[in-house]
Amino acid sequence: MAHVKNHDFHILSPSVYPFIGSVGAFAMLFGSVLWMHGSTPFLFWGGLVAVLYTMFGWWSEVVKESHVGDHTPVVRIGLRYGFILFIMSEVMFFAAWFWSFFKHAIYPMSEYVGTQYVPPVIHAVDPFHLPLINTLLLLLSGCAVTWAHHALVHNNDRKALVNGLAIGIVFGILFTALQAFEYYELLAHEGWEFGGDQFYSNFFMATGFHGFHVIIGTIFLFVCLLRAMKGDFTPEQHVGFEAAAWYWHFVDVVWLFLFFAVYIWGTSGM
Amino acid sequence: MADAAIHGHEHEDTRGFFTRWFMSTNHKDIGVLYLIVAAIVGFISVGFTVFMRLELLEPGVQHMCLEGARLFSDAARECTPNGHLWNVLITGHGILMMFFVVIPALFGGFGNYFMPLQIGAPDMAFPRMNNLSFWMYVAGTSLAVCSVLSPGGNDQLGAGVGWVLYPPLSVREGGMAMDFAIFAVHLSGASSILGAINIITTFLNMRAPGMTLFKVPLFAWSIFVTAWLILLSLPVLAGAITMLLMDRNFGFTFFDPAGGGDPILYQHILWFFGHPEVYIIILPGFGIISHVIATFSRKPVFGYLPMVWALIAIGALGFVVWAHHMYTVGMSLHQQAYFMLATMVIAVPTGVKVFSWIATMWGGSIEFKTPMLWAFGFLFLFTVGGVTGIVLSQAAVDRYYHDTYYVVAHFHYVMSLGAVFAIFAGIYFYFPKMTGRMYPEWAGKVHFWTMFIGANLTFFPQHFLGRQGMPRRYIDYPEAFAYWNAWSSWGAFLSFASFLFFFGVIIYSLRAGAKVTEANPWNEYADTLEWTLPSPPPEHTFEILPKQEDWDKHHAH
Repeated sequence: MAHVKNHDFHILSPSVYPFIGSVGAFAMLFGSVLWMHGSTPFLFWGGLVAVLYTMFGWWSEVVKESHVGDHTPVVRIGLRYGFILFIMSEVMFFAAWFWSFFKHAIYPMSEYVGTQYVPPVIHAVDPFHLPLINTLLLLLSGCAVTWAHHALVHNNDRKALVNGLAIGIVFGILFTALQAFEYYELLAHEGWEFGGDQFYSNFFMATGFHGFHVIIGTIFLFVCLLRAMKGDFTPEQHVGFEAAAWYWHFVDVVWLFLFFAVYIWGTSGM
Repeated sequence: MADAAIHGHEHEDTRGFFTRWFMSTNHKDIGVLYLIVAAIVGFISVGFTVFMRLELLEPGVQHMCLEGARLFSDAARECTPNGHLWNVLITGHGILMMFFVVIPALFGGFGNYFMPLQIGAPDMAFPRMNNLSFWMYVAGTSLAVCSVLSPGGNDQLGAGVGWVLYPPLSVREGGMAMDFAIFAVHLSGASSILGAINIITTFLNMRAPGMTLFKVPLFAWSIFVTAWLILLSLPVLAGAITMLLMDRNFGFTFFDPAGGGDPILYQHILWFFGHPEVYIIILPGFGIISHVIATFSRKPVFGYLPMVWALIAIGALGFVVWAHHMYTVGMSLHQQAYFMLATMVIAVPTGVKVFSWIATMWGGSIEFKTPMLWAFGFLFLFTVGGVTGIVLSQAAVDRYYHDTYYVVAHFHYVMSLGAVFAIFAGIYFYFPKMTGRMYPEWAGKVHFWTMFIGANLTFFPQHFLGRQGMPRRYIDYPEAFAYWNAWSSWGAFLSFASFLFFFGVIIYSLRAGAKVTEANPWNEYADTLEWTLPSPPPEHTFEILPKQEDWDKHHAH
């Protein structure tokens, strides 16, 4: 019986990363409570470093495991299931923010409860200015990533793979930069406030969490770019790349909803 | 990598203590860890309630005094009621039980240990992430304990806002305690979501050859459906409490009418999570009960397919009934009518389950072993909780029962008695399998009867108190409610004694229980794959995948 198995599943050896990561998460959250209440930020940063270290070490290990052949076809199916499920949970996370936005857009408190609150005069954003450019940037970026994917799958064209990814990443960074510029303009020059009114609250949290996801997705694509340049990924086996592409498209779709709801509809009455 | 995983076969376990329990990638060890931590947290959480019941034993405040909490009332010393302490305990009890006891025990503990075994999988799909789920749960528990012990509202320790964390109270509550509680829920949520991803992937991708979806044992099915509920509902809660966090600390106004926000919005989002949460808690219990009843009735479970579809239907319906928790917030009549009807529809699949369990027993040769007693108890108590649920689903009736002890009685019958009895049924059913030892049968029975009587004494009178109009969540009550409150408190003390006895039974059985040598200590109707393994199972199971004849005893569905 010993050393015999007749399955292709991946049985892992013990790993210390989950423990380190959890201790890090505890320290990070404990630290952020201290920080929010005016105490030292150091614990937060220490915890964050531990969490980032865990992510780096853990995923490096996963890449190594894929090189030694642990990722059999059935394991790759499992990894894809796992990632799709993760994206589904992310969708539900955004559902909460959209819920709040739609609720306030459709049933403003002043109308359906009759509160006396007078909202501030909000300097309107033109959705067909910067936001439209951002929309196009993200969509183009998604196209570039899909181009890279096709180049890999159909004829293992390494050059097109790297180029497509690089273009996708550059557009992603541009998006983030423009979004940061827009925030700066709104807050510094247009009189917007970070909080204080339900529209500001909804706007900054919904677009802010989206922006955070764009940054994560960009890093994810960047890691894929480095791996592609090192020669990773084959036409048959590229789960990491696939996951990054799916994530990127998910971020795209969330943006489209934000664009139509928060930007076009949300600012139309201003 | 690959070779390291295979060594340490056949009972010689070469792993060190730290490696085995802190770096585990083994679903059975992680399941055991979940059960142990859930038991410890459960003990803390039960301790809170025993102290609260002690306070409610008599009218007036004798124990929770601003001058200091006292175990024994002392009429000679002054006692100023400390409502904050009461609120903190009630909040802590709810949060701990909801997020850190019942889900981890059923979903994390039994789910991790037995779901892969039942489907003949060698481990979970993501064994390392499995351990992350566990340790994030521990980190979340630690934050929850920090919350109780850190500076909170009213210049005292802890957050006293109720487990639902409704604004504006949760936004205005001073100090750090509330923020710790929010982050505790964040962490436990993340832990559960990762666990759910793991469970769903394992279930879909790693079933034994020949095990089609509708041949999967009912417990594995119940865990699978639960995982979907967790995956789709907990992220929404994460959003809601993040909004709370922003409102509290950064001047946002999601829920503050003074900034155009809406406190009722929070209730909607919370209960959109909160109602599925109720089923997250109870569905795995359904799975365990099905196996226990089939085994000790010596009959295959009645109506396997309807049982599966009932699980799925309950899970799906759980997402569209949330606002029945908030009939009194001023919704339109149309909304109330919809939520009322949708809620009552759930009684149909639930009825399918209850009647199938009864039909399983019908004409069976029933053995009243300890797990079966717990299953019987479950069936009775869950049904009582279910029918009071139908009463409460009526928006008009709920006008009178809302926030009274009737509601407390209802949800404790479903959860404290339903889900917890299912956990105990599972513990006694699987104890010989997990440990290779048997508990003394008489001790299991004593535990059952004391708990059954104690729990009913605690909660049944609360129906009467609710009907008399006693509101929940108060530290004190007028003389008129004294009689049934005293009964309720004595019932709680009896349950607590029973719970202590349970720890004694477990510790005794682990050290000196009779050895179980056979793979299946029950009978041939315990016919799922875990009963083909040695007791306790070796470190690695199903490295040779099971053959279809090992488990496929019934005709195809």
